[in-house]
Amino acid sequence: MNLDFNTEQKILSASAKDFLTKNCASHVVREARESAEVYPAALWKSMADMGWMGIAISERYGGTEGSVQDLTVLIEAMGAACVPVPFFTTVVVCGTALQLSSADKLKEKLLPAIAAGELVSSYALIEPGNTYGLNNIQTTAAAVEGGYTLSGTKLFVEYAQGADYFLTVANVEGAGLAVFMVDAKSSGISLKSMPTLDYSKQCELILDHVSVSNDYLLAIGDEAQSLLNAVEQVSAVAKCAEILGAIQLVLDISVTYAKDRTQFNQPIGGFQSIQHHCANMAVDVDSSRYLTGMAAWKVSQGLTATKEVSMAKSFASKVGVRICKLGHQIHGAISFCDEHDMHLFLRKSQAASMAFGDPEYHAEKVAQELGL
Amino acid sequence: MDFKFNAKEQAFYEELDEFLTSELPADWGNKPVRWPHDYAESPMKSEEDYEVAKSFIKKVVDKGWFTISWPKEYGGQGYTNIEQAIYDERMSYHRAPGGSSGSIAAGIVGPMLLRIGTLEQQKQWIPKIANAEMTMWLGYSEPNAGSDLGAVRTSAVEDGDHYVLNGQKCWSSGAHKADYSWMIVRTDPEARKHQGVSFFIVDNKAPGITMKPVYNILGDHSFNEVFMDDVRIPKENLIGGKNKGFYHLMKALDFERITLVGIGGFKRMFEELLDYVKSHDRNGEPMAKIPSVRAKLAEIATKIEVGYLLLWRTAEMLDRDQDPNVESSALKVVSTELARDMAEVAMEILGPYGQLTEESEWSPIRAMVSRGFLESISATIGAGTSEIQRNIIAQRGLGLPRV
Repeated sequence: MNLDFNTEQKILSASAKDFLTKNCASHVVREARESAEVYPAALWKSMADMGWMGIAISERYGGTEGSVQDLTVLIEAMGAACVPVPFFTTVVVCGTALQLSSADKLKEKLLPAIAAGELVSSYALIEPGNTYGLNNIQTTAAAVEGGYTLSGTKLFVEYAQGADYFLTVANVEGAGLAVFMVDAKSSGISLKSMPTLDYSKQCELILDHVSVSNDYLLAIGDEAQSLLNAVEQVSAVAKCAEILGAIQLVLDISVTYAKDRTQFNQPIGGFQSIQHHCANMAVDVDSSRYLTGMAAWKVSQGLTATKEVSMAKSFASKVGVRICKLGHQIHGAISFCDEHDMHLFLRKSQAASMAFGDPEYHAEKVAQELGL
Repeated sequence: MDFKFNAKEQAFYEELDEFLTSELPADWGNKPVRWPHDYAESPMKSEEDYEVAKSFIKKVVDKGWFTISWPKEYGGQGYTNIEQAIYDERMSYHRAPGGSSGSIAAGIVGPMLLRIGTLEQQKQWIPKIANAEMTMWLGYSEPNAGSDLGAVRTSAVEDGDHYVLNGQKCWSSGAHKADYSWMIVRTDPEARKHQGVSFFIVDNKAPGITMKPVYNILGDHSFNEVFMDDVRIPKENLIGGKNKGFYHLMKALDFERITLVGIGGFKRMFEELLDYVKSHDRNGEPMAKIPSVRAKLAEIATKIEVGYLLLWRTAEMLDRDQDPNVESSALKVVSTELARDMAEVAMEILGPYGQLTEESEWSPIRAMVSRGFLESISATIGAGTSEIQRNIIAQRGLGLPRV
């Protein structure tokens, strides 16, 4: 048992934090939200130069073949910086889907480009009226000569306007669900902006008779179900790590502020009410750290991790927002202002808590795992 | 991170689990009535049960497990804190009597003597503790010294080869059944309050000690008021140096918080509740299908997992000689608040049936929920209140100022 990062992960974590402190201070996040650019391309490029995009991609496709645990080390550092680039969509969601699929030709084509930072992709899974899971997919994929024709509407597609490909799911009559990578330049695709709280530049994606060749099919039928379940698992763990990075930072800046800020002739951190807020935050951050670590470890080891992932995600999603709100409470009025960074973490935590399953969704999965 | 037991730990886990399954009577798990595990000694219903418990503890001692993490030269096994945690977890899961997690002598006083006792003191006390030949109670709280333990007034005054004790202790759990106490006493009335106290081992049979039972919320005689009236204690019973008591107290409290968690008991109690829900209907439908029941049980299961992870984390840090200040207090807060939460959830799920006591044939799960509802009130108060734990996390852990 070793509940710390290993040596390589400690180095990775330190260098990621150092890089992001220098290259992704909060003004970068603010500039990105105002910019017409979908994401800061220069930041993306320098992250790619660090080799981050290939962290979980196998060596034969140009990656460094790290584990899901290694991936969460990077994501945690990014969560503390609210990094405004499509790393999660490209590397975590699409990278994992491709990596786990048996679409070898497509993997040859896309994975090296992802690893090199030359390809950006996003995922389009939620449909109007739906939230999570695969029970009510309305988008259709009609089989035609050499491929499929996709029609339907997808929502909450992050960084869609900057994506080269979309990972999506549709129903094939007689065959069940099918997972595709759809070229963003295909005719019949249109995007409509749907701004959300966390500045992630989300879009509605309309697929109007979009042709997709067989080469871009990742999985179909039962394989599609299990592929998307595996993608959900890795993505949920990554979102836990992102929340963890954010809430550890919120705890750190709140404790620092409580030591500095003086009222009634003493640091407010000397007041028991503030101390107990901080203690509660610390306990929740630690609890979330080990639940996330356990989930990431099990996934990395290839062990059954359904229960652990859902425990980690339901817990992190709940405490993430709670911790941010305590952070606001400790910082007082200034944290209600745009110029202060607290709200960046509140936004990020709320968005991450709803991505790939909210607390209720994952609590129900835990209940199923308990045999209920 | 790596959450796997190593080969030695795994082998120990399996050997211990097998031992517990074969040595305890098959229906033993239905006997203990503490929520969710036995803090000290479970009240037993028959002489026969006492005999079973006694002979079981003897077997644990013979195995060398009663003091497994003590050094070998003191009768221990030199096991790691992770292995100690495995022991505590399995013992509490099986609701086994007399694990060191239920023993103040082996869980707290023994380890303290090994740290701060003189060689003579170790020779005098350690073998008896290691062989489970003496039981102890904790003499900390007084009527005016609860969370503020530095305010103890019970005094010890030197008189020749002895100290003479006068004063009163309260909330003295199990004192009426124990042989000795581990008592904190004022030895210098002039010094600042934290600098004038010392630890003593006090014999319950010493003349001048009288006890009055205090019945707890469940009607059990668990507490006592203990009065010391010119009690003469040999000087060699002062442990860890005169007026040094508070230096050692923090460590003693750390041992208490870690060894008395009994995390396996939470898992076991939760499994009992889960089995009940899976096999019963409510208002004509299976309880397991009720969405709020599913959500509540999922949340408790997650909190139990957190308890486990914090236990492993604390043990692992101790094995690395790191000071788990935040972690041991976090473990205490999380596990004791979980005791209340789990009772609350069980009560909500069972509805009106949850309130039934064991006299009713309608009471579900051995009436454990009505007991647990009351019993778990003590968890967040004893061994340092949740508020004190949060102060420790904030001040010792996060470095916030003590004003």
